[in-house]
Amino acid sequence: MTDRAGAGTLILGAGVAGVTTALNLRDDGYEDPVTLVGDEDRAPYSRPPLSKQLLSGRLNEDDIHLCRGDDLQLRDIRYLRGVSASTVDLVARRVLVGADWLSFEHLVIATGVSARRPAGTYPAGSIHTVRTVEDSRSLRAQLDRPGPVAVIGAGVLGLELAAGIRQLGHDVAVLGRSRHVRLGRTGEHLASLVESVLRENGVDLRLGCEPVGVATTGSVTGVMLADGSVVPATTVVAAVGSTPRVEALVGTDLDISDGVLCDEHGVAAPGVWAVGDVARWYDPDAGLARRVEHQATAIEQALAVARSIATGEPSPPIVPFHWTELFSQRIVVHGRLNADLPLTLLAGSLDDRRFVGATLHDGRPTGLVGWNMPREFRQERARFDDLAPAHR
Amino acid sequence: MRVNVDTAACIGAGQCALVAPDVFDQDDDGIVMLLNAAPSEPEHAATRRAAALCPARVIVVDESE
Ligand SMILES: Cc1cc2nc3c(=O)[nH]c(=O)nc-3n(C[C@H](O)[C@H](O)[C@H](O)COP(=O)(O)OP(=O)(O)OC[C@H]3O[C@@H](n4cnc5c(N)ncnc54)[C@H](O)[C@@H]3O)c2cc1C
Ligand code: SF4
Repeated sequence: MTDRAGAGTLILGAGVAGVTTALNLRDDGYEDPVTLVGDEDRAPYSRPPLSKQLLSGRLNEDDIHLCRGDDLQLRDIRYLRGVSASTVDLVARRVLVGADWLSFEHLVIATGVSARRPAGTYPAGSIHTVRTVEDSRSLRAQLDRPGPVAVIGAGVLGLELAAGIRQLGHDVAVLGRSRHVRLGRTGEHLASLVESVLRENGVDLRLGCEPVGVATTGSVTGVMLADGSVVPATTVVAAVGSTPRVEALVGTDLDISDGVLCDEHGVAAPGVWAVGDVARWYDPDAGLARRVEHQATAIEQALAVARSIATGEPSPPIVPFHWTELFSQRIVVHGRLNADLPLTLLAGSLDDRRFVGATLHDGRPTGLVGWNMPREFRQERARFDDLAPAHR
Repeated sequence: MRVNVDTAACIGAGQCALVAPDVFDQDDDGIVMLLNAAPSEPEHAATRRAAALCPARVIVVDESE
């Protein structure tokens, strides 16, 4: 028999969600054992710079650690790195990690997602995706060579990558299936503005097209489209979404149809929690459960779950928050812009490309966007929190 | 408590100034400005929360001082 009370909390995945959970358990006074398992054999790091400062060379791999040196050790957190959790047994309350079964009282699933490969003809090694330090490094090395680049996917990550690569001096085409670019939860309110910014900066936006594979003659020469044309490219990068990492949960009775289904407090089953990109929390405002692949949400969920485990109290709801950077335009979004409501300007002007906007429902914002207006955005956001106490 | 910020890595998200307005502000570009590197006791909880929430993880809180 294992002594369950002494088994403590086992956290699977050492990305920002897992690490934040671990550190905050201690900050919240949790004294039982904490074990953090990560299959990447390196110190935990932050992913957003992989498509930004690491690509531009403004930061290097040593600048993106999530915690400093011995932070984990100092807080008595056992970090098992370079090992994978392969089987979760919720009945015996234990997980096979490498060759050892580890018991738990609380299990926190923070395994994130992997980059999806686009459907079509893409031989191994012909395209890049960006999820890990290694991915970013190999893309960066490839970009040291001249030649046009094609980015498949016109979502926020694809656009960011396109902007970053354009700033390195390459010709860049973005190939998107949708008719407009997609910028997170902003409906289509910002699409035309974002498209103008990209086009003015020389990004060749090709929307409403259907990439079907790479063209090669020994090496990659372009991306083939369904209409038979070829977009020339010596480097092809795909950013077409992600697949939740739930391999270890197959065979449990958790709902893993799209990540790990949880209630609005991150509970997947008694004593089993999920946080970060892999987690599909119920959103009471929207009346449905969904995954939010944003770092700020990963952090908030981790803070909430750490607090719940340490104190036994349920957490207040979380409002999504996202930021991005495109050709030095800094865009932040709080909550959700509703596609069916008009965008109301609260400060600045669209023409100046400095504004704060919102979609209002009964005078209450469903979401706020700040475009190069950090201070005003923050003021409006503080006001928004007052207006919508249910959100805090 | 001693607070340090790495302004070079700050992405201007403003989480810090929102949760601990007496310790952090932002300049016109949104980059963090440290108002108080040695916050007093009542500010400690908010400062820790700001550090935890900073999406770029550029706020370092040293509790040993
Ligand atoms: C290039 C890029 C740019 C981004 N830019 C932004 C941005 O500008 N703003 C923003 O808000 N968000 C951004 N994001 C999203 C943000 O990085 C994620 O929301 C965040 O990383 C989620 O953290 P996580 O801990 O849930 O998952 P992850 O960071 O993916 O961490 C999960 C970890 O668990 C490990 N793991 C998985 N399965 C197992 C297993 N069975 N056993 C052991 N370990 C396992 C994985 O290897 C990984 O290390 C970006 C993401 C990428 C890839
Ligand atoms: S929260 Fe972090 S990234 Fe955002 S403004 Fe403050 S220091 Fe900069």
